[in-house]
Amino acid sequence: MVLSIGVIYSLPNLYPAKPAIQIAYTDSGKSADQILLNQVTEILEDRSVVVESVGLKDNNIIAKFNSFDDQLAGKAALQRVLLDRAVVALNLEPSTPQWLRDIGGGPLKLGLDLSGGVHFLLEVDIESALDNRLESLLNEYRKKFRDEKINVESSRKSNKDLIFSFISDEDYNKALRIFSDDNITSLGTPLYDLRPNSPRNLVEIAYSQNAIKEIRDYAVGQNLMTLRNRVNELGVSEPIVQRQGSSRIVVELPGVQDTTAAKKIIGKTANLEFRLEAASTTSRLRKEEFDFQDERMGSAFLEKNIIVAGDRVTNASSGFDESGFAQVNITLDMQGGRAMQKATNGNIGRRLGVLFVEQKNKSVLTKDADGNDVIEQTSYVTKEIISLATVQAVLGTAFRITGVGSPQEASELALLLRAGALAAPMKFVEERTVGPSLGKENIELGVRSIIIGLLSVIAFMFFYYRWFGLAANIALFANVVLITGFMSLLGATLTLPGIAGIVLTIGMAVDANVLIFSRIREELKAGKDPQTAIQEGFSRAFVTIVDANVTTLIASVVLYAIGTGPVKGFAITLSIGILTSMFTAILGTRAIINLMYGNRNIKELRV
Amino acid sequence: MNFNIPFMNYRGYATIGSLVLLLISVGSLSFKGLNLGLDFSGGTLIEVSYEEAADLVDIRDLMTNNGFDDFQVVNFGSNSDVLIKVADKNGNSQLGDVIYKFLLEADPATELKRIEFVGPQIGSELRDQGGLGMLVALGMILLYVAFRFQYKFALGAVAALAHDVVIILGLFSVFSWDFDLTVLAALLAVIGYSLNDTIVVSDRIRENFRGERGFDPDEIVNHSINQTLSRTLITSLTTLLVLFALFFFGGDMIRGFSQALIIGVLVGTYSSIYVVANMLLGLSISQDDLAIPEPEGAEFDDMP
Repeated sequence: MVLSIGVIYSLPNLYPAKPAIQIAYTDSGKSADQILLNQVTEILEDRSVVVESVGLKDNNIIAKFNSFDDQLAGKAALQRVLLDRAVVALNLEPSTPQWLRDIGGGPLKLGLDLSGGVHFLLEVDIESALDNRLESLLNEYRKKFRDEKINVESSRKSNKDLIFSFISDEDYNKALRIFSDDNITSLGTPLYDLRPNSPRNLVEIAYSQNAIKEIRDYAVGQNLMTLRNRVNELGVSEPIVQRQGSSRIVVELPGVQDTTAAKKIIGKTANLEFRLEAASTTSRLRKEEFDFQDERMGSAFLEKNIIVAGDRVTNASSGFDESGFAQVNITLDMQGGRAMQKATNGNIGRRLGVLFVEQKNKSVLTKDADGNDVIEQTSYVTKEIISLATVQAVLGTAFRITGVGSPQEASELALLLRAGALAAPMKFVEERTVGPSLGKENIELGVRSIIIGLLSVIAFMFFYYRWFGLAANIALFANVVLITGFMSLLGATLTLPGIAGIVLTIGMAVDANVLIFSRIREELKAGKDPQTAIQEGFSRAFVTIVDANVTTLIASVVLYAIGTGPVKGFAITLSIGILTSMFTAILGTRAIINLMYGNRNIKELRV
Repeated sequence: MNFNIPFMNYRGYATIGSLVLLLISVGSLSFKGLNLGLDFSGGTLIEVSYEEAADLVDIRDLMTNNGFDDFQVVNFGSNSDVLIKVADKNGNSQLGDVIYKFLLEADPATELKRIEFVGPQIGSELRDQGGLGMLVALGMILLYVAFRFQYKFALGAVAALAHDVVIILGLFSVFSWDFDLTVLAALLAVIGYSLNDTIVVSDRIRENFRGERGFDPDEIVNHSINQTLSRTLITSLTTLLVLFALFFFGGDMIRGFSQALIIGVLVGTYSSIYVVANMLLGLSISQDDLAIPEPEGAEFDDMP
């Protein structure tokens, strides 16, 4: 029974993957529909490209082909017509029959070391996300106190604290009340660490641990979404964008060949900020100077207050205005729209700047207390104005920037805006790129070593144990089938170390049978009749087998917990292998031996 | 096969042999250290493939001319495949792309096989995690064996494992083989494997202690080892068969892995015979230690 399930679920791996094309709308919010489907079918017919099937799958259209030549012809034809309205990506589709798919069957997922592609690990810089939050919090309170007519003597940000001081006791108490009223997060826990100092009319606030956690989760979640959008623009099939730990994000792009381009788009660790240009009368404390290439001075002053950050941008596209000049259309979300409306109301005629914030890393070699060289990694931020345009009306959720230069520049700006900005800067902390040829080579080598390993073990077992060896071999073979079946069923990923795990299991799986057989031999030697010897051999070896396997299982579970990527793959195949090998070696072999020797009166037994 | 080798008569030699190996290993580990692979050291690695045999001197010159000073250029697998390692301490993730670009300019037929970049903080995290994982695994196994057998067996088992792990690490250190994540994985697999062996032997020792009253512990242990010897050898042999298949046919990326495991299986087989038995006798195991018979075997008799 278990074996037949194993066989069924390992079946999909026998069907070869077919060349396919994946088509999706460039706008990641829009999923593929019947209209696009009809269009794709039409284009392929027009160009008389032989296609096996075209259909909707998830949010994409998948066209399958019989040959790689057809696939390439199809891609060229589709790209020529659809242009940049849709992302057309080459792909491999499993040709699993429908009935297998209906019961959840599918081929093994290949890890990056087998399929080729890129793996990135990015770290979200939470510190700077916090810094940004504090900065805008400071502005929020300054405004609030102004509205409430509370006199603030001084207000400033100091490291991770905001410090407010007040002249009169009355103002101090009013302000304190405002702080306490605000002091709650969406979860009902305190938002701030509030440290009032009544003799000096001073209030210090900092974010509480819970609030920091919330900010971190928000920043990582936002960056995750932005990265997903960027990855979608790449048109990669089955990408992985996942959070890892508290502040890291894993990006895996299987099958990507042009890794430099991929990295360029993923790695755009850029953030955007919309800020008003500072008036010449603005106090130096409220404005900042940034580089701006288009300005004669090479720089311009912007207010410190951030109206909207790039994470509020929901869409941006390039187009042309009435007089034929390039422009960028921007859409903000509701909250962003409200903030923009508030900020531009009464500021028509002033200029609105778009600030491009980029995170870069620098390392310095220093000596620690013991005189050892240590690397101190510091990241620094560059900020540059990419657009400074006059506000011509009160802006809302949708507005446009004109005078952005050439259509080319407009579309670049739109891409930057659209790809969404990050809630916090990120940096690469790990990268692994596997070229497609190496992936293919690894599969071949892996399969070859499985076959050679399996054959040599089978040969050895047969020559050493004869008929019993044959039973063990059948069980061994069943074990390999079961491992593949369960891995497919669980949706586990096969990596090169994973293949090594299978090979290792093949070698170790016979152990259980060897144990059983040597027990049977001993029982025979002790003068028991063959049937009893078989019985006894199985049952006495059982405890040993369980003990021996549980401990190996412990080691592989630990390995799974500490390992990453490929090593996790090894731990998975090893664990599955241990479980299936116990099953096949104990129950499988016994069934076969019963078939061979059961219900028969055997006089002599050779083990 | 029947064996009757007086293993325990050579206990003394085995102890000395083990101690010498352990001393060499610990010495090499503390003075020379491990040749940490990219996963643990951090840095950038790039593998490229040429159509013909690659000129390593040319590539080295190219690297130097482009301002690199701390790097290694070696053949990997065949003489047309080249592996370049840059010990970059700055965590610059662009180096791989930069190097590939100028290699491509020098020879347009250069094919990129892989680029790996591991930031310095990831490297040190993996080091800590790996060490911790190893300790956790050993600790959990100690508990399981203590629970299933008896603490003297647990100490014996863990001593055997520590013995195997230290000797493998020692060999990697002495020969300066690359120690990377796959080797760590192999090390944990060795723990599993060697334990497997150890448990089978311990299981038999326990059984014989309960069954054969009136013998001297030395004889019982020796008898048990001989009884399980054919199984120990056969399993080691089949495992070695597949490991050699991996070593010779599995490609360069898992050569270190299979190397560690081959050594592990050999050392593990030895340690399950000598280290555990030595420890048990050293801790003067006696019948009283195993007095309470557990209900075993009987309940499984009606298995299909």
